[in-house]
Amino acid sequence: MTEIEVRGLSKTFRVGDVDVHALRGVDLKIEGGEFVAIVGPSGSGKSTLFNILGGLAPPSSGTVSLNGQDLAKLNDAGRTELRKKSVGFIFQKYNLLPTLTARDNIEIARDIAGKSGAWDPQYLELLRLLGIADRLDHKPRALSGGEQQRVAIARALVNGPALLLADEPTGNLDTENSNAVLGILKDLNKRLGQTILMITHNPEAAAFADRTVTMRDGRIVQ
Amino acid sequence: MVLIGAQVAMILTLVGVSRGVLGNMQRRAKGTGADILIRPADSSVTSFASNMPESIVDFVRGIEHVQIATGAMVHPISNFDTITGIHWDEFSKMSGGLALLKGKKFEKPDDMVVDQVFAAGHKLAPGTPFNFGHLWNITGIVEEGKLSATFVDIAALQDIFAEPGKISVVYVKVDDPKNIPIVIKSLQAQLTDYKIYSMEEFLSLFTTDRVPYVETFTKVVIVIAAVIGFLVVFLSMYMAVLERTREIGIMKAMGASPGYILGILLRETVVLSLAGTIVGIGMAYASRTLMASVAPNMPQLIVPDWYPWVTLIALGGSLVGAVYPGLKAARQDAIEALAYD
Repeated sequence: MTEIEVRGLSKTFRVGDVDVHALRGVDLKIEGGEFVAIVGPSGSGKSTLFNILGGLAPPSSGTVSLNGQDLAKLNDAGRTELRKKSVGFIFQKYNLLPTLTARDNIEIARDIAGKSGAWDPQYLELLRLLGIADRLDHKPRALSGGEQQRVAIARALVNGPALLLADEPTGNLDTENSNAVLGILKDLNKRLGQTILMITHNPEAAAFADRTVTMRDGRIVQ
Repeated sequence: MVLIGAQVAMILTLVGVSRGVLGNMQRRAKGTGADILIRPADSSVTSFASNMPESIVDFVRGIEHVQIATGAMVHPISNFDTITGIHWDEFSKMSGGLALLKGKKFEKPDDMVVDQVFAAGHKLAPGTPFNFGHLWNITGIVEEGKLSATFVDIAALQDIFAEPGKISVVYVKVDDPKNIPIVIKSLQAQLTDYKIYSMEEFLSLFTTDRVPYVETFTKVVIVIAAVIGFLVVFLSMYMAVLERTREIGIMKAMGASPGYILGILLRETVVLSLAGTIVGIGMAYASRTLMASVAPNMPQLIVPDWYPWVTLIALGGSLVGAVYPGLKAARQDAIEALAYD
């Protein structure tokens, strides 16, 4: 099972002549199959932690171990490889490619990972679970926000990532769709044992997770 | 795509017109019925100097095996237009005759006969006055394909343009084709200051590489076209990369490598270039129609043997133009790209 271990993680950005310390020695352990919510106000370092765990940015210092691999030691190509094979992203704005159908949005993720051929039965079952099996030939503009986010979840899971990272996945959804999406994430976690780390500022959304971690000023406070 | 098509059409039109004009000249030279030509030393395939004394014609007539010899004067009016002065009866005898479609041959000094293509292009009919370096009176329209598009009496032309007794070329018909080499040898021995060609040799000179500047001009146009292709693709790809910053960020978040992103943009460029080439070939057909109506004396040929070349030129210019925007896209930071609105 996937295990994530973060030790002494810090990240400093240079903004003009000023150093901004976004993370100040974060320690965090997430067991495989856990659903963890990270909450905190704006500027607390949630997004920076998300970006480092997802291989979108390198840390300034500290170690980040994902299944025994130290992300801090990866170069650009290594982080690209990590994103391709081990991490799936869900964003607040869905981030589907607008010119492609839902099916092609999923296919391009497989293509990037070097996969081809028919989707396996387990994945087709997942699409049915997500309720988008009959919406795959529509472009994002023809889908509701909830449907777009479910397509984004399907895309994030198509390559069987070790870690599913969700950044405010319900931020653009109404209550009904928010609950549906969070229910799906919970279900994926329970049924498939999918490790999920969700960033949110919404306590109701965080309540769907097994555990909530609170951040403030670049540190984990609870 | 249309702009890439324009660069392709530009090349195809230039090559097509070069070949069309040369082909036309070749056909007209052949239409004279002559076996041998004598031209001034300073003349080129496409230019005629009127500095040969007409008395040469009588001299040539005296050479053994020469059946007919007739002089012609070619007077340039503009870059592509000339007036040709001939002895109607002598030329008719040599060429088999200028076939009159309308009207009659020239009789007075200001009379002019034109061929059907020239007449259609300039909307001329017998009885029409025509200002063409001089005010002429159109008396007849002949079938095209022999020597020139405009015919006037040679003596009148010499007189009007103050070149009395001067001609540009002597056309020679030999009694038997097998005697052509003998006559050429004899002419070369006696007329050492002139260019003497068999018709076969003269026709072989009508290629773009033999005509001054055509080859160079074609190369210049190709370079300009390739630069246009480069700029068009560079700007459009640059804009496309800016517009698709977020999409590129999404793909990078999914693990797309710089090579993958670059590959997508280059593949799009190839498709754009190939589609532009097809549009350009279509535009070359349109320009041929346009040329036929506005410049009938400059026929444009369709040149399929150039399609691979224009494809390569369009592809080359476009791919070079796509490289910088492509690299810019490939190097984009995923986090910044995802934050782009």
